[in-house]
Amino acid sequence: MIARQAVPLAIAIGAGLLMAVSYFLRPLGWMSESASEIFNVVSAIAFVLGAGSLLKANLSTISRRDRGWGYAAVTLGAFLVTLVVGMGKMGVNPSPSSPQAAWSGDQQTAETPFGWIYEFVLSPLSATMFALLAFFVASAAFRAFRAKNAGAAVLLVTAFVVLLGRTYAGVVLTDWMPGWASGLRLENLSNYLMGVFGSAGNRAILIGIALGVAATSLRILLGLDRSWLSREGGG
Amino acid sequence: MLVGAVLGLARGAAAEGEAESSDPELPAFHEQRLPLAAWTLGIGLATLVFVFRSRRGKPPVIRRLAALDAVDEAIGRATEMGRPVLFVPGIMDMNDIQTVAGVTLLGRVARTAAEYDAQVEVPTSRSLVMEAARDAVQSACLAAGRPEAYQPDRVHYVTDEQFAYVAHVTGSMVRERPAACFLMGTFYGESLILAETGNHVGAIQIAGTGETSQLPFFVAACDYTLIGEEFFVASAYLSGEPDQLGSVQAQDAAKIAVIAFVVIGTLVATAAVIWADAAWLHETSDFLRSAVGARP
Repeated sequence: MIARQAVPLAIAIGAGLLMAVSYFLRPLGWMSESASEIFNVVSAIAFVLGAGSLLKANLSTISRRDRGWGYAAVTLGAFLVTLVVGMGKMGVNPSPSSPQAAWSGDQQTAETPFGWIYEFVLSPLSATMFALLAFFVASAAFRAFRAKNAGAAVLLVTAFVVLLGRTYAGVVLTDWMPGWASGLRLENLSNYLMGVFGSAGNRAILIGIALGVAATSLRILLGLDRSWLSREGGG
Repeated sequence: MLVGAVLGLARGAAAEGEAESSDPELPAFHEQRLPLAAWTLGIGLATLVFVFRSRRGKPPVIRRLAALDAVDEAIGRATEMGRPVLFVPGIMDMNDIQTVAGVTLLGRVARTAAEYDAQVEVPTSRSLVMEAARDAVQSACLAAGRPEAYQPDRVHYVTDEQFAYVAHVTGSMVRERPAACFLMGTFYGESLILAETGNHVGAIQIAGTGETSQLPFFVAACDYTLIGEEFFVASAYLSGEPDQLGSVQAQDAAKIAVIAFVVIGTLVATAAVIWADAAWLHETSDFLRSAVGARP
């Protein structure tokens, strides 16, 4: 049972420290390259597990007639059709370099069924989901920008200035200001707020994140945080 | 999780080192990376010092984080309402440290959920994350003394496609109406869609990310948000172990060093502009710039 934790921990610490050192030493640079390749292989293997999980989850939703089982059926149908079309390279023409091999052509173009699915089904659906963001931004802004107290009022005014300053309306509204007061024009105020207050706050958060990343990595590499270790078997 | 985390974290450095590693003319050590090596060693040493101090009975006092104190409340609410808890570990793979931090937090959430007898749903957008999340949830159920609470099908893969994943998760939110939503990891354009949908279904929402561009959306739409570094200390905070708390103290010590560098660097750079003839001021300014990896 000890080996169940000690072996993975030793691999994590050893490999992690080696990777960290290889970033600074040129002769060990190949380690990062190999790690990248191994990661791709492991990801590809894990994808099979993912596909299995997807099938199982949707099949059980359909068989139990859970709420929204119809969506599971559509997901499953789309998955299987895309899989068959893609793996079978259906409708792919031979490439000019290997005309004798029927499936040697590229299937990423919209002329092939696989490319068609990507271009005219997946892309528009993704764009539709992304477009919904506009409505979510509106509802979130409506809630966030209510002047409930002094701090919220400052936030509201600042947001108003920045929003106006980023549009042509902001330029037109304060274009009449004389040169000596140009700093008060909305577009300049907006740039000032974003460049000084926004950047300062953003950088402070970024420094904290960088240190947090370093500390988290060290906790894992030094074996202080072992919560990621599997305890299968009650170890 | 192990393979993904270790290999994945090294992946980013691969492309950079690819061209140089085979050139025998170049020195073995990357001189330009010396400041980074010094900072890494410094933080590593500080971590060791504070961990030993903490072990000797001087654990640091960490300010309370409302978002983490609310974890129990959120899971308790889900138990009372008989609704599931939704945990979204971001949309990136295990080569992203935020995903690693998110999955670590999932372990803590799953443990509390197992103790309270609440169900945790974990849809993932990467197969490796699914495997890691299953490990974390299984370990948590074992640690809680309720191995039978582990249901692998509740941790499932959806798709790698960003907005297809969002469509699944938001649809599932509307149908299942989870009582608590945890959004912990790397998020991009989908952050507000997920958080607003959670808000509409009336869930208690706790979010955490290191993506600064997404933080305002989480702050606007969630009940609690772990901002940047808070997200990374969350695991240590929840564990309460002296070792891990000691590492948080090292993080704070490094932050004080950075603040000192910023203040001293600003003063020296300003003085170098005022007294342009003072060569030593320019040399000091250049040294401080190089010490933080900036170009002189």
